[in-house]
Amino acid sequence: MAFLQLDALSKAFGPHKAVDGLTLGVEKGEFVSLLGPSGCGKTTTLQMIAGFVEPSGGAIRLEGKDLLAVKPAKRGLGIVFQSYALFPHMSVAENVAFGLEMQGVAKAERAKRVAETLGLVGLGAFAARFPRQLSGGQQQRVALARALVIRPQILLLDEPLSNLDAKLREEMQIELRQIQRTVGTTTILVTHDQAEAMALSDRIVVMNQGRAEQIAPPHEAYERPATPFVANFLGKTNLIDGKAVRPERIEFASSGLAGTVRTRIFQGNHWLYQVETASGLLTVIRQNAGGTMPEEGASVHLAWAAP
Amino acid sequence: MKAMPYLLVLPALVLFAAVVIVPLAMTVALSFHDWGQYKGIEPVFILKNWREVLEDSYYYEVFGRTFRIAALVTLLSAVFGAPEAYILNRMKSPWRGFFLLVILGPLLISVVARTLGWALLFGGNSGLVNKALMSAGLISAPIPFMFTETGMVVALAHVLMPYMVLSVWAALQRLDPQIENAAVALGAGPLTVLRRIVLPQAMPGILAGAVIVFSLAASAFATPAIIGGRRLKVASTLAYDEFLNTLNWPLGATVAVILLVVLATLVIVANRLVERRYAQVFG
Amino acid sequence: MSKNGPIALIYHTLFVIFMLAPIVVVCWVAFTPEGFLSFPTTDWSLRWFRAIARYPEFISAFWQSLGLGALSSALAVGFSVPAALAIARHRFRGREAFTALFMSPLMIPYIVLGIAFLRFFTEIGLSGSFTGLVLAHIIVVFPFALRLTLASAIGLDRSIEHAAVSLGASEWTVLKRVTLPLVVPGLASGWALAFINSFDEVTMTVFIAGPGTATLPVRMFLYIQDNIDPLVTSVSACVIAITVAGLVALDRAYGLERLLVGRGHDGR
Repeated sequence: MAFLQLDALSKAFGPHKAVDGLTLGVEKGEFVSLLGPSGCGKTTTLQMIAGFVEPSGGAIRLEGKDLLAVKPAKRGLGIVFQSYALFPHMSVAENVAFGLEMQGVAKAERAKRVAETLGLVGLGAFAARFPRQLSGGQQQRVALARALVIRPQILLLDEPLSNLDAKLREEMQIELRQIQRTVGTTTILVTHDQAEAMALSDRIVVMNQGRAEQIAPPHEAYERPATPFVANFLGKTNLIDGKAVRPERIEFASSGLAGTVRTRIFQGNHWLYQVETASGLLTVIRQNAGGTMPEEGASVHLAWAAP
Repeated sequence: MKAMPYLLVLPALVLFAAVVIVPLAMTVALSFHDWGQYKGIEPVFILKNWREVLEDSYYYEVFGRTFRIAALVTLLSAVFGAPEAYILNRMKSPWRGFFLLVILGPLLISVVARTLGWALLFGGNSGLVNKALMSAGLISAPIPFMFTETGMVVALAHVLMPYMVLSVWAALQRLDPQIENAAVALGAGPLTVLRRIVLPQAMPGILAGAVIVFSLAASAFATPAIIGGRRLKVASTLAYDEFLNTLNWPLGATVAVILLVVLATLVIVANRLVERRYAQVFG
Repeated sequence: MSKNGPIALIYHTLFVIFMLAPIVVVCWVAFTPEGFLSFPTTDWSLRWFRAIARYPEFISAFWQSLGLGALSSALAVGFSVPAALAIARHRFRGREAFTALFMSPLMIPYIVLGIAFLRFFTEIGLSGSFTGLVLAHIIVVFPFALRLTLASAIGLDRSIEHAAVSLGASEWTVLKRVTLPLVVPGLASGWALAFINSFDEVTMTVFIAGPGTATLPVRMFLYIQDNIDPLVTSVSACVIAITVAGLVALDRAYGLERLLVGRGHDGR
């Protein structure tokens, strides 16, 4: 049995099944992402693990013990909320110390661990500030520190980066990954951003309408999507003779499927083509290597390796 | 273009200057005029009224009663209104909207009608409130409510309660709905969440509500007049009597000016303190 | 979100009973068939409602209140619109001071306002007149009108007006076709809130209303001062019924939450 085991976990809100028989085993130290569009049941799953939503069926076990029998306040999980949910009336240090205080950790020990954890997220100098006085990225780090300082068995991240701008988000992804590697906490991330899930996770769970469509390492899910939904959700895809072919796998060749270039868009590091062929309109992505590329209206041939 | 905003506020400004500032100035001036039973108001500058109010223990008694009642009403409304606002905030729609209407609606019903209701409920020793309290075993002998401070406090607490609920509710609205979950996940029990997380964030609302309730309670007129009758006076009913019964306007004006100054000072100081205390935290 | 526990619900029930008790009692007693105050009554009759018709001073006071409320609220909204536009859209010296001045009737005890108005109107010969009442009520309800017109002026997205201008609309057309239609709901709710406050006002009005211009709450107050009998309960019951009907209508139209809490607190 895995470190954290979800067994046929279900949640129904009236007739609507938010989560429908989800089974998932998460190993110790693993980073798993629940990925899917809004309403796919990923957040509900997270809230059931946290204890804020009661499942209608199924089981959750942590190290073989029934987690559902444990009150939310006693589960000892670290949670980073989408809104961060920092306590606005407490300083950064007080926010981070709160969980330790609840555990009855002695004052000196508390101060030491707070300082340690704030150092880990690079906020050592901000201990006395109030959340209001911090930027979005800094608030995010406080939320992370607050969750990590209690040395949780599992870290739950609920869309933690969705309120940050694109550049900051990328930086935080790298940092989050590094921190998770350093402390080695088993982590479950909920996100709708496939790039984020793929960048951070050991495995991703692609969810749709309350079910897991595929559970696999990111590369495998991308290369060998189990369903058309997974193929589409993880990136642009062409469906040729019932098979998913990634646009970057298609090359312009001297022979092969004949077609005409409809549109060509320059995107800096690559070109995005729409090519009309007998198999329909295909998307093709070619690296920009500096050479000349087929123009709009040109007749081309397309070739690709069988997936 | 620079004159534009001034042109826009001009109509209201003229109105306020003529109908607020001038009358208030006249009232302050009135408090320094002389008055006699037969000569009426004499527009001279004397300190007679101020001296009378500040030296006679009767006026201290009335002002003492006024602020004592206001303080008790504020306390009651905070102690009972804040939890109700919290409960309301946790309700789901449509119940929340419905009960908000039920609790705030009385604010818009004539204060005379509401106070009349309390007069009926108090109604002497055999009133409904006494019967209910006695059958619930809370009291053994009837408490006199009519013509007492107790009655005024209860009726005023009812009249002003919606302001407190509204104020606390508005503060709770700004609360991140995830924040209680965050505290629970860190191991906090329900009471700890209330004491350490919810209450500190509701505090600005409670204090703002307290300022409103206190100043309205201290200047309330209809309720103390009906419940207190002719003998148990507060500052506003005293001023009313001087104006419309005794006709000693300068003395009534003095009482009114004192009430205005004390309340304005309290409100301004309280707001400053609240702002300074919370500026850093809540911005 | 967690739900309210049983203790919370019991507390809530007691609280609601406390809030409603005096109002229910007034309406209940109004239906007494007896000639004196008796509570609780088990029989009921409309006797005291019919009795209102024999007291023309209550009927005329009602119309007085209605007209006064409608007129003073409309004028207050009229005065508040330009002021709200200035406060919402311009940064100018004295902006905070003007706002504080216009909101000051909320801060000044009504008893003081009543005394000040009485003194002022006596001096200029408006004592007890309808004109005086209208002037006084404009002032008293002005903060309510301003708060809601201000909220709608602040809530107005200026880029919508810029869009209209870019499409070739003149300034006047923008005002007529875009700005006003967008602020009208705010104006209407401002008027409604002002009207309710004017209709209920008693503390200030009791000082300046003459025998011929007494409003309904003033009449009721003066009546209760002398005697509490079933007649005043039936009048109160009517006032309560009208207010509740108005509240329900207002809630349907605008949502009372929004109206009472207000959206923009900039004006405070």
